[in-house]
Amino acid sequence: MTVTDAPKIVTRRIGLERSWTLESYLANDGYKGLRKALTMTPEQVHDQVNTANLLGRGGAGFEAGRKWGMLAKSDPVYLVINGDESEPATFKDHMLIEEDPHQLIEGALICAYAVRADQVFLFIRGEFALGLERVSSALNEAYAHGAVGRDIFGSGWSIDVVVHPGAGAYICGEETALLESLEGKRGFPRIKPPFFPAAIGLYGAPTIVNNVETVANLPWVTLEGGDAFAALGEGRSKGTKLLALSGDVVRPGNYELEFAKVTFRDLLFDPQLGGGIRDGNDLKCIIPGGVSAPWFGTDMLDVTLANEDIAAHGSMAGSGAVTPMDHTRCMVRAAWRISRFFHRESCGQCTPCREGSGWVEKIMERIEHGAGRESDLDLLMDVCDGISPGVAWPPAQTTICVLGPSIPSSVAWGIRLFRDEFLAHIRQGRCPFPPDRIRIAGSVSV
Amino acid sequence: MARLTPENEQRARQLIALYPVRRSALIPLLHLLQEQDGYLTADGMAHAGQLVGLTTAEVRGTASFYDMFHTEPVGRYVVAVCTNIACMLSGAYELLEHAEERLGVAPGGTTADGNFTLEDAECLALCGNAPCLTVNWRFFGDVDTARFDRIVDDLVAGNLVEQVPAHGTLNRVQRSVGLQASGATAHPASPGGAIPADGILAAGDHPLEERPTPRRSVGETA
Repeated sequence: MTVTDAPKIVTRRIGLERSWTLESYLANDGYKGLRKALTMTPEQVHDQVNTANLLGRGGAGFEAGRKWGMLAKSDPVYLVINGDESEPATFKDHMLIEEDPHQLIEGALICAYAVRADQVFLFIRGEFALGLERVSSALNEAYAHGAVGRDIFGSGWSIDVVVHPGAGAYICGEETALLESLEGKRGFPRIKPPFFPAAIGLYGAPTIVNNVETVANLPWVTLEGGDAFAALGEGRSKGTKLLALSGDVVRPGNYELEFAKVTFRDLLFDPQLGGGIRDGNDLKCIIPGGVSAPWFGTDMLDVTLANEDIAAHGSMAGSGAVTPMDHTRCMVRAAWRISRFFHRESCGQCTPCREGSGWVEKIMERIEHGAGRESDLDLLMDVCDGISPGVAWPPAQTTICVLGPSIPSSVAWGIRLFRDEFLAHIRQGRCPFPPDRIRIAGSVSV
Repeated sequence: MARLTPENEQRARQLIALYPVRRSALIPLLHLLQEQDGYLTADGMAHAGQLVGLTTAEVRGTASFYDMFHTEPVGRYVVAVCTNIACMLSGAYELLEHAEERLGVAPGGTTADGNFTLEDAECLALCGNAPCLTVNWRFFGDVDTARFDRIVDDLVAGNLVEQVPAHGTLNRVQRSVGLQASGATAHPASPGGAIPADGILAAGDHPLEERPTPRRSVGETA
């Protein structure tokens, strides 16, 4: 039994009939957390979040309460919710946005109250059209209900929430790129220091940027107390975590589980969770935390899905996206596809990332096509070393943001774990796995 | 077709009013332009620039960065097939190949009848229902070749008008109420336009009933 009886926190309304409506939300404790928060001082709300030790759920895993505490005292202060979920194989925020938009709004409001924000922006990935519509409808309902706007629930506290659509750029998930985008510019990450958002954020004002799942926890934390949240989980990893499981498992999906209580083996093989590798195949490789994370071999199955344990084993929990691949999968093809992604999504500011990602993709493509050379493996590692010296984890950084050092995670660890497979492509002059070809956009004329 | 219609210009001014700094409304305005014309026209971008105080070059600088914005005409339906890792593991490239054959165009191409533009997309965040695709940014999950054909047939027959609005239409829900961009905190250099003191922007709540793809989630058996 690997699934503990921990309560569902962020997904408890998912699956309810019309879970995205105010009516459904109010029937299931909706806006009670905000009402309670408004009877407390902002400092008291902040204290509860500190007690909860709520780690940011966007990828970096920084304590939300500490982040809020770093906010420069200033007027104005902005709160921006990062709903630009684009890390490949991550699909948890998409679900939270579409299925429970009021929870997102309530969480954002509690956060705004605690940090004394002057305005809230919900940055929603542009491709989430239904999500944008659901959040916009929910916001209209919340206004009519008195939960947003002037004198919220008669407390005297007023704030406005703006739903802001993205326009299609992975890099805007990086918080400073997101702020540039929110200012109507290209999504170019800013140099840190000095541009830590808590010091110099939106329009140069102190800004808190929190992930959707992070703030979705706040209504529960406020209502039940930080201690109740901290009673769940292990070590630094408290509460529950929403894990996005995709790839070669029988039961892909989002699973909210008590944090730091399950291993990869549990998640993949428990009949209540992944249900095993599909088609009766054998597990070969795990991408443990989104495609920016170094790969794990099958020897890592007993690593716990906790930020600390995954980091101790040389990768990262990242966004909570877990993608297992089975023994029929070509690791060259998988690494090629991920390198192609980074090449397409590099914003182009920094040479190591812009040029490096392109060269990695080209070399990977030629290996997969059977035209590689044995020296290509050293060449790939050399390019990776140019992007992130030492090709280690946590990675050294030569670029403004962490997109650059994420490029080697698939390719370099692919070579380290599956060197023979890379060499087989080169020596046989073809991919040994069906389908033994990759298709490139625009390369086929029909 | 080019500049925003008077009605859309009014919507644009309301959007601008939501932000402390006008330029922040640029991307929402570009979405509005794309909703009006299906793509971003040169005159439209110039008009958006006038409304937020930017040159056309600055507007293009922003527009050209983002995948969702098209500065050339596209088909009535933009079909984006995700081929990133989770979908690839579930047959996305085979699906894309089928889509190319069915539509007769390669990714980036538009069919001769102007109905379809095909795209090879990055992760669309529906990985629990891989492979997935979007049509005008409306999601379809667990798509096999037969389902792809049905979707195309239904689009051509006009059976999916509710689920799939015209290309460029992102958000059919207009904001019904709102505060003026927090006046005390707005940067005075670039104030947004005012929203009436009663907070009423426009009517037209449009709660959505439809959910195109049932999603596997917590506790649900496969």
